[in-house]
Amino acid sequence: MTHAIIELKDVSYAFPNRGNALDKLNFHLHHGEKLGLFGPNGAGKTTMLHILMGLITPDQGTVELFGIPMTESKIFDEARLKIGFLFQHSDDQLFCPTVLDDVAFGPLNQGLSKEKAAERAREALAVVGLSEFEERIPHRMSGGEKKLVALATILAMRPEVLVLDEPTTGLSPEAKDRLIKILQGLDMARLVVSHDPDFLAATTDRLIAMRDGRIRPGELKPHTHVHVHEEGDVPHQH
Amino acid sequence: MAAITEHFASGDSFIHRIDPRIRLICGALVTIPLAVLNSQPPALLGLVFGALLVLMARLNLTQVLKRFMVVNAFILFLWVFLPFSLPGNTLWSIGPFNATTQGINLALLITIKSNAIVMTLMALMGTISVQNLGPAIQQLGMHHKLCHILLFTYRYIFVIHQEYMTMRTAMQARGFKPRTDSHTYRSYAWLVGMLLVKSWDRAERVQGAMRCRGFHGRFYSLTKFSTKPTDFIFLAVCLLFAARIIQLGFFPGVLP
Repeated sequence: MTHAIIELKDVSYAFPNRGNALDKLNFHLHHGEKLGLFGPNGAGKTTMLHILMGLITPDQGTVELFGIPMTESKIFDEARLKIGFLFQHSDDQLFCPTVLDDVAFGPLNQGLSKEKAAERAREALAVVGLSEFEERIPHRMSGGEKKLVALATILAMRPEVLVLDEPTTGLSPEAKDRLIKILQGLDMARLVVSHDPDFLAATTDRLIAMRDGRIRPGELKPHTHVHVHEEGDVPHQH
Repeated sequence: MAAITEHFASGDSFIHRIDPRIRLICGALVTIPLAVLNSQPPALLGLVFGALLVLMARLNLTQVLKRFMVVNAFILFLWVFLPFSLPGNTLWSIGPFNATTQGINLALLITIKSNAIVMTLMALMGTISVQNLGPAIQQLGMHHKLCHILLFTYRYIFVIHQEYMTMRTAMQARGFKPRTDSHTYRSYAWLVGMLLVKSWDRAERVQGAMRCRGFHGRFYSLTKFSTKPTDFIFLAVCLLFAARIIQLGFFPGVLP
C-alpha cells in the first residue's frame, strides 16, 4: 500500500469571470503525513480543498482518494466518509438543535444504529474535552467551543485523514492552544491550511506553500520573524 | 445576540410531560374544528377548554397576556370594520354607516375562536421545544422537506440576523441614518439583497459540509419519544372534546 491518501494530478479550475483559481496543480498526501499548507488569500487553497472533497468538479485533471480515481459522485460519496473535513466557519458545519445530535449526524449517515451513533458521538466529545456539552445548543456557544464541536463531528466518523481549512480563524489564543493540544494527541494523517505559522509548526511536520493556483516547488524552512505582542520583553517561547 | 426565547417550552407540568407527538395531534384535533365553527356556544366551550389547558400547563401568565395582546391587536381591526359591513338589524348608526347585530356577532365569534385557538396552541404546541418539534413532526409522518425547512430556519435565522446586524452597524458607522428618501430605500434594498446573496452562499456551504458528513437527503434523529398510558387518556379527552364541538356546531339537536 504505497498509494497516496489524496492525490491531485494537473488539476485546473476557473471560477466564472474570475480567471484561473487553480492552474495544473499537483498535490499528494501520504499515510502518516502531517502537512501544512499556507499561501496568500486568493491563492486557491480553499478551492483545492473543495475539489479534493468533491464539492467542486475541476475543469481539468484527476482526483484520486485512497488510490481510487474519483470519476463520479457516487464513488466520492464513499471516499468522503473517510476524510474529516473541518470547514473554516463552524456555523456552516453545525446545524443540529443539540451538540449530541450534531456529532451523531455523521455516524447516523454512515448507517450506525442510534445507540452506536450516540456512543461514537460521546467518545468524540470526550476527545475534544466537551463531554458535558451534549445537550447544549450549538449556535449559542462561543467560537472556540463551536470549533471543537465541529472537530468532534468529524472525529465521530473515524476518518483516516483530517483536512482542516483555516482552523484558527476567529479563535482566541486560549482556544487555539486547546485545539493544538487536541491535534497533537491525534495520530492521523492531516492537511492543515492556515495563515498561522505557530499553529502550523505545532500541528504539522512539513510545510508547503501555494501561490497563483499552484503548489510552489521546494521545502520550506522555518525561520524567525520580528513580532509584537504583550509581554514581549519577558523571555518566552513560541 | 437575538434569540428565539421559548418561554413556554421549559416546564414540568402535566402537559409538558405528555409525548410531544400526542400534543401535536391533540392540538390539531381541537383547533381545526374550532377554526371552522360558525356558532358561538361551542366556541365558548373551546375558550374554556383552552383556558383550562393554559392553567394545566402552568404557563407564565405575563407571557400569555403579552401574546394575547398581539393577537387581539389584529382582531381590534375586525371590530372597526365588521359590525358595519354585514347587512341585518341595525343597532346604531354613525353617519351613513349602520352597525348590525349580525356584524357584531360575527366579530364576537371570531374573537372567541381566535383566543380559544391561541390558548390551545400555546398550551399544547408552545410547550414543545424546537429541538423536539422537528423529530416529532418527522415521526408523525410529515414530509421530510417540511421538517428540514423548520430545522434550518430555526438554526440559521440567528446567523442571518447577526449578518444583518453586522451590515447595519457597518452602515451606521459610515454615517447612515434612515430617512424617508430614495437613498434610504435604495440602501435598504441593497442590504436585503446582500443578505439574500450571503444566505444563498451560506446555504451552499452548509450543504457542502453536510455532504462531507455523508448526508443524502434523510435525517436520522437521536430523539426517542415514549408514550405513557396517561398520554392516551389525554388524547381520548381531546378527541371527545373535538367530537362534542363538532356535534354542537354542526349537528345541533342530535345530542342534548
